[in-house]
Amino acid sequence: MTEGNGNGNGAVPAPRQDPGEVIGVRRGMFGADKGGDTSGYGGLVRTVRLPGASRRPYGGYFDEVADELEGALEEQGLVPGEVIEKTVVDRNEVTFHVAREHLLQVTRTLRDDPALRFELCTGVSGVHFPGDKGRELHAVYHLRSITHNRVIRLEVSAPDSDPHVPSVVEVYPTNDWHERETYDFFGLIFDGHPALTRIMMPDDWQGFPQRKDYPLGGIPVEYKGAQIPAPDQRRSYS
Amino acid sequence: MSTPTTHATAGIRETTEGTVYDVTGGDWDEIAAAAARSDDERIIVNMGPQHPSTHGVLRLILEIDGETVTEARCGIGYLHTGIEKNLEYRTWTQGTTFVTRMDYLTPFFNETAYCMAVEKLLGIEGDIPDRANVIRVLLMELNRISSHLVAIATGGMELGATTVMIFGFRDRELVLDLYELITGLRMNHAYIRPGGLSQDLPPGTVDALREFLKKMKKNLPEYDALCTGNPVFKARLKDIGHLDLAGCMALGATGPILRSAGLPHDLRKSDPYCGYENYDFEVPTVDTCDSYGRFLLRLEEMRQSLRIIEQCIDRLEPGPVMVGDKKIAWPAQLALGPDGLGNSLDHIKNIMGTSMEALIHHFKLVTEGFRVPPGQTYAAVESPKGELGVHAVSDGGTRPYRVHFRDPSFTNLEAMAAMCEGGQVADVIVAVASIDPVMGGVDR
Repeated sequence: MTEGNGNGNGAVPAPRQDPGEVIGVRRGMFGADKGGDTSGYGGLVRTVRLPGASRRPYGGYFDEVADELEGALEEQGLVPGEVIEKTVVDRNEVTFHVAREHLLQVTRTLRDDPALRFELCTGVSGVHFPGDKGRELHAVYHLRSITHNRVIRLEVSAPDSDPHVPSVVEVYPTNDWHERETYDFFGLIFDGHPALTRIMMPDDWQGFPQRKDYPLGGIPVEYKGAQIPAPDQRRSYS
Repeated sequence: MSTPTTHATAGIRETTEGTVYDVTGGDWDEIAAAAARSDDERIIVNMGPQHPSTHGVLRLILEIDGETVTEARCGIGYLHTGIEKNLEYRTWTQGTTFVTRMDYLTPFFNETAYCMAVEKLLGIEGDIPDRANVIRVLLMELNRISSHLVAIATGGMELGATTVMIFGFRDRELVLDLYELITGLRMNHAYIRPGGLSQDLPPGTVDALREFLKKMKKNLPEYDALCTGNPVFKARLKDIGHLDLAGCMALGATGPILRSAGLPHDLRKSDPYCGYENYDFEVPTVDTCDSYGRFLLRLEEMRQSLRIIEQCIDRLEPGPVMVGDKKIAWPAQLALGPDGLGNSLDHIKNIMGTSMEALIHHFKLVTEGFRVPPGQTYAAVESPKGELGVHAVSDGGTRPYRVHFRDPSFTNLEAMAAMCEGGQVADVIVAVASIDPVMGGVDR
């Protein structure tokens, strides 16, 4: 990978990033959820930010993929800046944040364009960020190109009030079960899925278990005479 | 009761006990007779979730017409234990204890994939000591052998070939003995930890490995002798569970299923991790697209794994097995006592008797854990079943914010319908066995 050395002419400058979106705030030394912070640092406030958008050059094959994708989208009469909200390069991985209404077209382009050719979709993973107002639910896709030996990540988001994301099953049939799983656990509705039903939980289950506001559950157990609270009721640090 | 009313179809008879309405026959006779004449034997059958040939609690819903399967669907979720949710309530290190239980036949792959994701998030993937990487590769290849042996053994058992089953489990026992020697446990090891390993190999491991290699080289040809040329075995497996390359790609099938369609895709070669680029091995393929080809591939992959294990033994150089960063490395020096793995007495003496700072450090790291910078990552390994991917998200805390496992069994099982529809009921068992799904991994 290209690591910016900073000194010397011709060195690739390190990618500059914007501060990134805030997903939460931590207080105190340990982030203890109950009990006082006796460390003397109880007043510490730290903002938690996800890695922000990167600017070019992204490094490695990321620029090539981004160029090809933007070119292909322009050919289809789309404005790349509207389709790809931002591009994040972090830890040697690239993430394209795609506007949800264009997801289907982007995945089709990524699969069919010979210069891109991402044949293998490894499914979709949901993430719930209750603190990310207006974009609480994220769907994350990892695409692998066996032809070019590349991996990229697509991320789309939907607000909690309108949890709809287009289904990519018609492009990647493998996502059938993966989308059902993400619906089952996060309540993300994949429009256009052939049969979006629960897959892991019983059909009549209420609620979406992997959301952050859904409790883990569990009951306190007695061990060697002491009551051990359920895992989500224990004192914890973060 | 008033006078009996007449009905269009029901016959009425007066008896000493009262009116008897006779509803048989009527104008349905003709329809009933026509239905009886039809040869439509279309029925819907539930295979499982409690059925020895469904690899645990897999429920197959088959629509069959005579002996032909016209539609096949899977019902899964019977073994869903919420591991991904549970991870969010434990520290990053405790996570290994959970992920090892996902696909219980490939614990070291789960642990390695998870630890690689955590290490990527921490930015320490380059700092893992060589010895730790060699032992990871060693254990993964041992695990590939034990997983393939179960696939072949249970597959044989389902055909009635109980000798194959006995042989498979006999040889798997040799691998499990090695696990027990190295990690202290036969399964659910939690041996691979973020940053390296929980402990070094115990004395005598290399000798045991050499002994194992010797035995396996003697035993592996027995599967060839028993099955490969066996006409009954070939008749049952050839052209069964057909899935061509286009089908594999569309359905995201990886591992032996994809390689049985002729594509030599293996993450160990295409996207090497843990130093796989330094090992000499081949990725076998066949182009039969069927269960028989997958069986041959599993046999050949075991031979290649033995080659890699031999190279691992040669590469084992003395050295640390955990990153040097004491903010991440588990502070307790573990020791194998008579009652299993635990903190070593020397360590307990040190933290309880001599060093207050060591005690504080131990307590902080064990109860609170380490913080992982915010962000997300994807780490993938080539498990015996295909691409095992881990999508890990951190919010900068001491616990995972979200961990998602892309388990190959889950994705490969999607191909069940494509493999079985149009075939016979007996072939469903062969096709499912060639997918080698493990419900612990499918349902998580």
